[in-house]
Order: sequence, then C-alpha cells, then structure tokens
Amino acid sequence: MREVAIVGLGCTKFGEMWDKSFRDLFIEAGLMALEDAGMSGAQVEALYGGNMSSGIFIQQEHVGALIADYSGLISNNVPSTRVEAACASGGLALRSGIIAVASEYHDIVISAGIEKMTDIGAEKAMDALAAAADREWEAAVGATFPGLYAMMARAHMHEFGTTREQLAQVAVKNHYHGSMNPRAQFRNRITIDSVISSPLVADPLRLFDCSPITDGAAAVVLVPAERAREFTDTPIYVKAASQASDTISLHDRRSLTSIDATTVAADRAFKTARLERSNIDVAEVHDCFTIAEIMAIEDLRFFEKGRGGPATLAGDTAIGGKIPINTSGGLKACGHPVGATGIKQAVEIAEQLRGDAGKRQVEGAEIGLTHNVGGTGGTVVVHILAR
Amino acid sequence: MNVPRFCREIPSRYNLIGTKCENCDTYYFPPRRVCITCRRKGVIREYQFEGSGKVVTHTTIYSAPENFSKMTPYVLAIVELDEGPKLTAQIVCDPSEVKIGMRVKSVFRKLGEEGPDGVIYYGTKFIPA
Repeated sequence: MREVAIVGLGCTKFGEMWDKSFRDLFIEAGLMALEDAGMSGAQVEALYGGNMSSGIFIQQEHVGALIADYSGLISNNVPSTRVEAACASGGLALRSGIIAVASEYHDIVISAGIEKMTDIGAEKAMDALAAAADREWEAAVGATFPGLYAMMARAHMHEFGTTREQLAQVAVKNHYHGSMNPRAQFRNRITIDSVISSPLVADPLRLFDCSPITDGAAAVVLVPAERAREFTDTPIYVKAASQASDTISLHDRRSLTSIDATTVAADRAFKTARLERSNIDVAEVHDCFTIAEIMAIEDLRFFEKGRGGPATLAGDTAIGGKIPINTSGGLKACGHPVGATGIKQAVEIAEQLRGDAGKRQVEGAEIGLTHNVGGTGGTVVVHILAR
Repeated sequence: MNVPRFCREIPSRYNLIGTKCENCDTYYFPPRRVCITCRRKGVIREYQFEGSGKVVTHTTIYSAPENFSKMTPYVLAIVELDEGPKLTAQIVCDPSEVKIGMRVKSVFRKLGEEGPDGVIYYGTKFIPA
C-alpha cells in the first residue's frame, strides 16, 4: 500500500439551506475542493459519495450517478459510488477513497459527503434518522434516536456520576467553537443554564443536548502522497483510516456506557499510524448528542473512563485546553448533515493542520484525528491525519 | 411498517418467542437464526421467554415521530430478561416511577397505530413487577 494525501478541501455553509438543492450543495463542495487543489475535473478518476438517506429525504436514490452527472464528470464516465453507514457515511466515503488510492487502483479520487435534510418536516426527518437503529426491535417499539442516546446518558450518569452540568458544558463549548466558524449552523454562544432549561426531548437529554437537522456537503481530493506537491504546498497526509462494526441495536452491546467500536477503531488506527494518544493535537469527534462527546473522548482513550464529564467541565477539551475537541463546533453547533459530517470533520482537521483555521486555530497543530459514528455505535470510522 | 412486515414477527412481538442455542446455552431475544458464538455449529431452537426481568437503563420520550406522538411522554427502557438477553421496550408506568434495577414483567399492549385509518400495532410492554 502507498501513502495517501489530501490536497483539496471543500465545504459548504451548514444550515437550513432552503434555497439550495441536493445538487447545488454537492456541486459547490466538489468545485471548491477541485479549485483548492488547482485541479481540473478531467483529472478525477473516481468519486465516493457518503449519503445516509436521500431516498427518504428527497425521494432520490442512485445519487452516485447523479453526483457524477451534475458535477460535469460524466464525459469521462468516472466510476461514482454511494456509500452508506448512517451518520458514518461520510467517514466511510473518505476511507473508501483512501483505500482506492492506497491500493493503486486509482490516482486521483474525490471523497464527498452530502445530506439535504430540510426538504421534509422535522417529524419525518426524525423517523428517517431512526432508520439508523434497528427498525424492527428499537424504532418499532417507540425508540427514537435521542431516546437511545438518552438511555446511554442515564446509564453513564448512574455508573460514573456524570452530571447534568457536565453534559451541558459539551454544548456550551461547541457553540463557543462554532461562534468562530463561518460555516457553522449556529454561531451564537449559549450557557449551561440555557441548555438545562431547554425543552426535554428524551430525559435526561434536552433540545440543546441534540445536534440539529442540517443541509450541507463537503469534499476532499485524495492523491498518492508522492504526487501531493504537484497540487499543493500544504499536503495533509493520511496516517490511518480504520473502521469497526458492532451490533446494530444498543440493547445487544457489551456496555451501555461505552461505544466499543470506537475503542477498536482507534486502537487499529494508532497501531497503523505508529502513534500514541498523546501525539494528537486536535480532534473532531461525533457529538450527535452531548453524551456522545463524553463517551467518545473516553472511548478514544484521551481521558479515563468516567472522567470525560469532569474534563469537559474543567475546559480540557476547549481550544487552549489539553486536547481541543470539535473546533468546528462539532455536530452540535456546526450542524449535522448526516452523510456530510465525516468529510466535514476531515476538512476541519486539515484546515487546522494547514494553519488555516482562523480564530479557532489550535497553535502548532501537527497531528489530528476524526471520529465518525454510525447509529448508536454499529459503525465507527477513525482517521489520523498529519501535516 | 407495512402489515406483512409487522405480522411476520407477531409470535415474537406478542408472546416473547425468541431463540436459544442448544450448543452453548445462550438465549436470544430478539430471535437470531445464527448463534453469534457457535455460528454454523450452533443448534437454534425456539424459546418462549418467561417475561420477567429488570430495567438496566431508561428514558422518557417527550418528542416522538408521528406513530408515537399521541403517547408522549412515555417511558422507554432496556430490559434484561432473567434468561439473559436484553431488549428495548416501553414500561407502562409514571415517568417518576421507573428506576435502574426495577423488576418488571411483560404485558400485551397496543404499541401504536398508522394514522386514523391505518392498522393498529400490538406487542410487548412491561409493567412494574
């Protein structure tokens, strides 16, 4: 296998983009990434598109061909593949593209992610997202996605004494980071009080514990590392791309307070990269709910199990802290267009490593990590990137 | 969920019929046709669960999709059956009553309905024991 580099980045603004279609979004992100790489579309050899549920959100399947077609890449008949792993679809598209280049099957590949979620109502969107759980044995008996994470939160509070304030601080910190990110859906700062007085969604989780429904797209250009300098002065090298699966249902897991696939995927990634946890300068983790970030920073082994809440409250995960987590604002404040999230995480880390993150720049960041979760932990994808 | 899809699983949904691997004595609910330990060497038989167990974690749902929105707030839990497996189910009780470790037993109840003219779904819920 050969080393792979990211040489182009593109990401749309995230939010309720009522004036933009599915097509508008992926075209914008894709062209931005090609422009950034100083590359022509004619050089692209393959496309991987992460998308969870265009069938429900916009009644459109076969989006691999649609993306190739409307991106103007159909004259070369490039192979274009949609990949799906619920909210980890983007991370999986990135890993698929990396494998294609690493294996020497293709030289120049675009990995993208897209979700257009606001063309249907909030209740229908909620049901679409419940499809990431077990439809027959979770959703069909009344489980919602926030409900499943709420049950993890309850168990975590019971087992480790994690508090309501610690959960809230995840949202407060991510909104603070989001306030410095021009592409974030929410750029307002919030307080612990505003989180714990927001409406209950699934006890103990409240509205401000939850990531929003978002439209958006992101794309990266991948090339063999030895060719990276043809396209950019600041290539970002892929040190590891790992993936792990677990049971689709939460009730079948070994633990309700850990996502085991996170630990397994991270262990695999650190082994491949020959790096330690302490080498990571900045990370984007999957905070679809506040409890998810607390479990992620523990299961990635940045903090001891049970210490994620106290570390968050102490400011260890904010910019300027021990290990800045979710400098983009995370899923909570930057927004969570499910299929796009995994790619957006890579764009954010690459910008940090290039030193292009503006006000939210982590000084001297050299190595970063992305962590993308599908469902309640049935799929986890971890990438380690370095400048 | 359409009628045949729901009906296929009626024995399990109504009567807690799951499976057991006779080779390694592991119980499965929801039912599995392949034992996760023995795989093809497993000997899978149907098994009717007693229906008693305890709450291992819980939540109260305040915001639900259309099929369940009329029932909010409702208590949802992961229940560990006495035979070992865990399942997700509603607990018929006041939100303030449910606790981790609480003993529960299964009951046959209405789960939801598909709009005013749609089918009514039934299945298993739990009540405090």
